[in-house]
Formats: sequence, C-alpha cells, structure tokens
Amino acid sequence: MKKAVKSQRPVNLDLRTIKLPITAYTSILHRISGVILFVGIAVLLFALDTSLSSEEGFEQVKAYLTSPLVKLIVWGLLSALLYHLVAGVRHLVMDTGHGETLQGGILGSKIVFIVSAVLILLTGVWVW
Amino acid sequence: MVINVTNFSRSGLYDWMAQRVSAVVLAVYFVFLLGYLVVHPNLDYTQWEALFSGSAMQIFSLLALVAMGAHAWVGMWAISTDYLTPMTLGKCATGVRFLFQAGCGIAMFTFFVWGVQILWGI
Repeated sequence: MKKAVKSQRPVNLDLRTIKLPITAYTSILHRISGVILFVGIAVLLFALDTSLSSEEGFEQVKAYLTSPLVKLIVWGLLSALLYHLVAGVRHLVMDTGHGETLQGGILGSKIVFIVSAVLILLTGVWVW
Repeated sequence: MVINVTNFSRSGLYDWMAQRVSAVVLAVYFVFLLGYLVVHPNLDYTQWEALFSGSAMQIFSLLALVAMGAHAWVGMWAISTDYLTPMTLGKCATGVRFLFQAGCGIAMFTFFVWGVQILWGI
C-alpha cells in the first residue's frame, strides 16, 4: 500500500501550541473531571464511612452538609460526576458507530455541554 | 534503558472493554444512589443503614468498588502515558510516570480496602 504522506513530515503533538476545537474541550474536561473524581473518592468514602458508622455519625455528616464550604465541595464533586457520566455516555454512543464524523463529533460535544450544564445547575439547586 | 510503555492487561482491547463495562456499572450505581437521595429528602440513619445492609446493595456496592478500581486505573494510566512523557518531562519521564502510576495503584487499592471495611462493618 502506498503511503499518502511522507513519514518524514514534521509532526506537532504539542498541545500547548495547537488551537483546540470544541471536541478537544469535551475530551480534556472528561479527563480533568476523571482526575477530580479519583481524588474525590476519598471524600465520598469518608462520608459513607462516617454516615454508616452510627446514628451520631449520620447526624454529623448531615451537620457538615449545612456548611457552605462543604456544599461547594459536594456540588463540585457531583458536577464532575455528572459531566464525566454524560461525556462517558457519548463515548458509548460513539462506540456503536454514531456521531463519529467531524459534524457528528461537534454536535455530540455541544449536546454533552448543554445536558451536563442543565444537570449541574439542577444539582446546585438540590444541594442548596 | 527501558522506554517501552506497557498497560495493565497487556491488551489495549481488553483495557478498552474493562473501561466500558466498569463505566456502565458505575453509571447505574451512581444514578441509583443519587436517585435514592433525591426521592428521600428526609433520610434518617435507620433507612440509610437498612439500604446498605441488604445483600443486594452489598453486592452492588462491592461490584461498584471493583469497577471503580479498574476504571480509575485505565483512566489514570491513559492520562499519565499521554502527559508524563519525554516531551513534557525530558529524560526522567519514565521514572516519574512509573512512580505516578504506582501511587495511583496504591491509592486505588487503599480505596478498595477502605470500601470493603465500610461494607463489612455494617
């Protein structure tokens, strides 16, 4: 098979010098939200551990949740979770062969941003 | 000098599959848990404890813990092999990446054991 391009062509893979399209932001946010969740597992396990340890522990977690700072952390973690979930569903859809074209990818990214923004706002209302 | 990058299961396809299967388990688990919290605004300790002490929920939670370990591993591996490279870190990239991945592995294992202790403690 004849190669379409010369292999010696210079390749630029330095993300810092590339103008990113919307699909790249969907992707990088998926990664960032994943890392946030990885760290957040510790917070969630702590809350689960304390809330299930005893009646007092449960009330303690409830008391923590009245603090604005804790509400902000919980909202942040839930936002990361919801975004990661919605962007993940897009990956599963793309695995079936849908939305893999350039136009489909851009549309998928827009849907991910809109759906997750709505869910994140609703969650904010729920947490406060 | 070692410059090759390996993954966990030694097969990209298997990693991809593990990522998808664990993602579906986690999605179902967290949607259920969030849904439960939304429909129980005045949740008390008795209800909460009863939820997690049921066999079905214990199996479901343990499954989610295992899925979380696999999912986070594949994800953190993908991120570290993309960004902790000779382009960003120079010569010490392989060493830094190895230590980072080892740290992630230890953290995931710790989370797993912690989760099992919580579930067993009920």
